[in-house]
Amino acid sequence: MNEQEQQLLLEIADDELILGWRDSEWTGIAPLLEEDVAFSSIAQNEIGHARALYELVARELGTTADELAFDRSPDEYRCAPLVELRLMDWAQTIARHYLYEEADAIRLERLKRSDDPELAGLAAKIDREEAYHRIHAQMWFDRLQGEPRFAAALDELRPQAAALLDSELRSEHTSELPELLEEMTMVRRSQPAGTKW
Amino acid sequence: MVTEAQVWDALAEIPDPEIPVISLVDLGVVREIEVKNGHVRVDFTPTFLGCPALEVMRDAMAAQIRALGAEPEINVCLDDSWSTDRITPAGREKLRASGFAPPAPREATAPTLVQLQSNAHRCPYCGSTETRLENIFGPTPCRSLRYCATCRQPFEQFKTI
Repeated sequence: MNEQEQQLLLEIADDELILGWRDSEWTGIAPLLEEDVAFSSIAQNEIGHARALYELVARELGTTADELAFDRSPDEYRCAPLVELRLMDWAQTIARHYLYEEADAIRLERLKRSDDPELAGLAAKIDREEAYHRIHAQMWFDRLQGEPRFAAALDELRPQAAALLDSELRSEHTSELPELLEEMTMVRRSQPAGTKW
Repeated sequence: MVTEAQVWDALAEIPDPEIPVISLVDLGVVREIEVKNGHVRVDFTPTFLGCPALEVMRDAMAAQIRALGAEPEINVCLDDSWSTDRITPAGREKLRASGFAPPAPREATAPTLVQLQSNAHRCPYCGSTETRLENIFGPTPCRSLRYCATCRQPFEQFKTI
């Protein structure tokens, strides 16, 4: 795996980890019980994808998936600003979900054609799980289409979706990332409880 | 000296941590076993990548192999080789008998909402196909929720992967 591929996998892994964290914020408080279950499952899948991708990169870099996921400083993360936003508005959440899955499908298609059989195999596996996320996102897109609040959310977030497929647009982070990382690594940093986890 | 058949038998005794009616062998997650000089390598393919039962399965397999007096090596394969098509016929029947509708066969293209909303899915309790999708997601990533209009029973449907 060359350095460029490692960077690309880290970008995708960071996107999936951070978005998974954000999705999990709906656990217990989504507007419908079904969506509480859906977003919790989607979050679990995304974080599972992040772990598998980190494991591939960690092996190349001689580190561990946990160290990549949790022990870097905020400016070392490569996630796109779109996934960092704490969106506790349903229209915005669905808009991001739809935009994210659309871009994610494109990059997974590319990875599935990778010359590296391990990478192509993992991408194919991730894609099978993502197929259910895409159906879910499309179902909500169809349901909310024509709603002014949803249209406004799509207009607001669409420009940020470009960074999902463009490494050069990932250099700046939102002001929300440090606090998110602080929350996400709280247990890991706590001694001795963190070591037991 | 431990044989490959003994290892298969030992792994067939391990229940799935989340659906204990079927074993890891029924689930089809054991892809290959290689026995060499008291060393056992198991190629193991996860179901869903975010499945929290992965570590439990891996540790349970290692413990069973140690109990046979051999040294285990559990090799986790992060590729596309596991599919719900790998669940054995016996495993499918055990799932159905305990109220989980077995997965539909994998098709060449990814599943669609139209397919999930169709009544091609059979109720595990009464066998009716008058069932509808309640939620694509369920209590674990591998399941969806459906409702049977004939026996008025909600049930869990294994997702096709």
